[in-house]
Amino acid sequence: MLNSLTLTDTLQKLKNKELSIAELYADLRASLKVHADLNVYVTLNEQMENDAEQQANTPFLGVPIAVKDNFCTQNLRTTASSTVLDNFIPQFDSTVTKRLKKAGGVIIGKTNLDAWAHGSSTETSQYGRTLNPRNPEHLPGGSSGGSAAAVAADLCIAALGSETAGSIRQPSAWCGTVGLKPTYGRVSRYGVVSMASSTDCPGPITKTVEDAALLLNHIAGNDPYDATSSPTPIDDYTAAVGASIKGLKIGVIYMDIEGLATLKGLFEPQLKVFEELGAHVEYAQAMDPHQAVGVYTVVQRSEVSSNLARYDGIRYGNDRSFFGTEAKRRIMLGTYTLSKGYADQYYLLAQKVRTLFIEDYKRLFRTYDVLVSLTSPGFAKKIGASEASAMFGELEDMLIEPSSITGLPGINVPCYHDSTTNLYLGMNIMTPMWHESRAISVADAFEKHTPWNAWRNRKRV
Amino acid sequence: MTAYQLVCGMEVHAELKTASKMFCGCKNDPFHAAQPNIYTCPVCLGMPGGLPVANKKAIEWTIKLGLALNCKIHLFSHFDRKNYFYPDLPKGYQISQYDQPLCYDGNLETEYGTVRIRRIHLEEDTAKLQHKTVNGKQVSLIDFNRSSVPLVEVVTEPDIISPVHAKAYCKSLRQILRFLDIADCDMEQGGMRLEANVSLRSAGQTELPSYKTELKNINSFRFMEKAVAYEMERQAHELDTGQTPIQETRGWNDAKGETFSQRVKEDAEDYRYFPDPDLPPLHFTEEDINKIDSELPELPAQLKARWRTAYDIEPKYAEVLTEEKETAEWVEHIFALAKTQHVLPATVANALVNKKIAVQIGDAPSTVLAAVVQLSQTDDVSDAQISEVVQIVLAENPALVEQYMAGKTQVFGFLMGQTQKKLGKKVNPQQVRAMIEIQLQLYNHKK
Repeated sequence: MLNSLTLTDTLQKLKNKELSIAELYADLRASLKVHADLNVYVTLNEQMENDAEQQANTPFLGVPIAVKDNFCTQNLRTTASSTVLDNFIPQFDSTVTKRLKKAGGVIIGKTNLDAWAHGSSTETSQYGRTLNPRNPEHLPGGSSGGSAAAVAADLCIAALGSETAGSIRQPSAWCGTVGLKPTYGRVSRYGVVSMASSTDCPGPITKTVEDAALLLNHIAGNDPYDATSSPTPIDDYTAAVGASIKGLKIGVIYMDIEGLATLKGLFEPQLKVFEELGAHVEYAQAMDPHQAVGVYTVVQRSEVSSNLARYDGIRYGNDRSFFGTEAKRRIMLGTYTLSKGYADQYYLLAQKVRTLFIEDYKRLFRTYDVLVSLTSPGFAKKIGASEASAMFGELEDMLIEPSSITGLPGINVPCYHDSTTNLYLGMNIMTPMWHESRAISVADAFEKHTPWNAWRNRKRV
Repeated sequence: MTAYQLVCGMEVHAELKTASKMFCGCKNDPFHAAQPNIYTCPVCLGMPGGLPVANKKAIEWTIKLGLALNCKIHLFSHFDRKNYFYPDLPKGYQISQYDQPLCYDGNLETEYGTVRIRRIHLEEDTAKLQHKTVNGKQVSLIDFNRSSVPLVEVVTEPDIISPVHAKAYCKSLRQILRFLDIADCDMEQGGMRLEANVSLRSAGQTELPSYKTELKNINSFRFMEKAVAYEMERQAHELDTGQTPIQETRGWNDAKGETFSQRVKEDAEDYRYFPDPDLPPLHFTEEDINKIDSELPELPAQLKARWRTAYDIEPKYAEVLTEEKETAEWVEHIFALAKTQHVLPATVANALVNKKIAVQIGDAPSTVLAAVVQLSQTDDVSDAQISEVVQIVLAENPALVEQYMAGKTQVFGFLMGQTQKKLGKKVNPQQVRAMIEIQLQLYNHKK
């Protein structure tokens, strides 16, 4: 099927006229039909073929891109997977989707997510859960579970997700895809339904590291509509692909966390390839990520309680009774942590500990060029797993949350495959702020010298 | 009866007249919009994903106002979210400033005393609600043209000691806003909104009273003066009868000449302020502030002082002539011209304030000056001619003459006027006065 090509290969073949847009979309439509039961998309763009035909002379030539349903898309329903926005058709595009369209990408549909991006399972979606294409008895992770599943099932060529604390990297780890969470402020948040404004960050979910770099090239950069977007010039991220990692100092963190003993045995051998490629690998001691869970929980709930206030029932048709359990829980907790008399012991204290994490990473990056860890403390959980635990997401994202609350970039690459369950483990590669290129180089080197990428190693698919 | 002392502080909101709104690029012109909801975008409508970007001009202007009011400026400041629900607030929170306002610790001199400025902060205005009947149904409509218009809030210490002081403070503040050319302060439209916190304490006490009444939604300085005066009486009465006035918001009913309860506040509201994560903190350097300071125009107090030294203008005249910036600029041109033509600017001021000459603001200075000069010029008329006319006037008004003789000297003015009218010329009033006095004496003798 043509839709199983990577972004880079698709563009190459389209340029060389080895395939046509019509053929590509015909295969895609067939796959969408076959895999409808995965419940990847909340809304499909029924004009996708027409839209694609208009993009002949653009960088992306009309390739099909899946977009998480919390990006506002002009004239295409945007729900954030909550029925509060069931009838919301934005009149404007988010900056990222605007740039994507300008580059010639076609938004073929809006992918499922945990409602309002609250969660790490896609089970809190009010449009039903998404299944993991690698093993439908398991969850895809979240909150960008729909986008990760769309990539894993080849129901797009590449996808956009957004991460507040793990929402790009964790589903990528569970679905065996690449997920790049850029530095906070590297990619505009304008038009992305706000969750926790101080950590929200859009980014690519793709089949290969090279694809992620290419997509990032077209969505990153300063945006006058987002005051928190950075004026720092962007790199040509594709230039980082294929670069040598010789001499880089890599610090391995979060290996001594309780409960990771089994995974340690699977993960550690994967680090050897870095040494073979000339990098230095050693274990490093970082601040306990459990504390980041507390910080993130308080900061995120506080911001959520304010950010969701606009859905007050006056506009958008549906009132507050349409909020799901998880959203209500977060609004209540956040209202509490910001309240007079409690803000000091919760919100302000959390911000102070957040600063400690920033300082701790600064310390680590004085010694190491790159930090790596497991992305998630386990393989994809079984469906229904999130329903039992209010803190499900926070625990699944524990290893990523420290870098999220500090704004660092990170990229997930598949680093192990369990042939019995067909499920993956992911490695999180982190660098200092604005050094996405270095993370891309390391991730690309790893991907090309290990057997774990499904698209580079066809026999596994 | 206890003697009470007014304890009053003010909170004044003014919309800044920047070209665009506070946090988006929409046009800032809510009062002249041809239709509702034409100056809107995803940001000021509070749409999902809409993000604020702060208007630099509005920030600069707020600092300007702070400097004009002798405030200190916070070199580190930021915007906060004030969370509350109201249909005119599309985001469910207002972007305002909480613990780090742009300006603090200033003061404003008025003729009734100094008022210390506690803080000046910058925030966004809300949308406007209209309650109407459409097709027989009562509906509330929202106009977002005003949503996110820049709004400064100037908060004073409780230094206002009398109703007239409250009025003078508001007037001076508006004058400064207009001199800085940063706000129109259209009171009718709500471009400037006055709130006074009013309470009383026993004379001689220094502690703040345990209660306060908020006077709100008052759209004229005069009404504010009246409302504060009314509140003083009302609260004094309550205190005299052993009650503590309740914590509430009151408005002013001018027809009845009294304040009325609008809303009773049971608990202090919790707005759950926190720094807006969508807006990076603001950092300024001393140089930034000095630059803004150096660009301050001449302010009313400075202007009045200069007029005093340069033109010998009395403060009471200067007060009137500087009330509006346009008037002050116009008058300044006339004063300058007067000096070159050996006319006293003080004479010009007197003529303008007492409306002795028929001119309009904007008239050419030379025209105004000619009118002033003409005031003091008289036609050459002989004493005999005047006496003749006076005799006629006296003959025509025997009753008045009788009254005058009986000691009712006020009628003299009427006789003056009649004589001047009949003469039909500009005669030196001193000359007319002398002739009337002589004729009255003669009249008396004849009798």
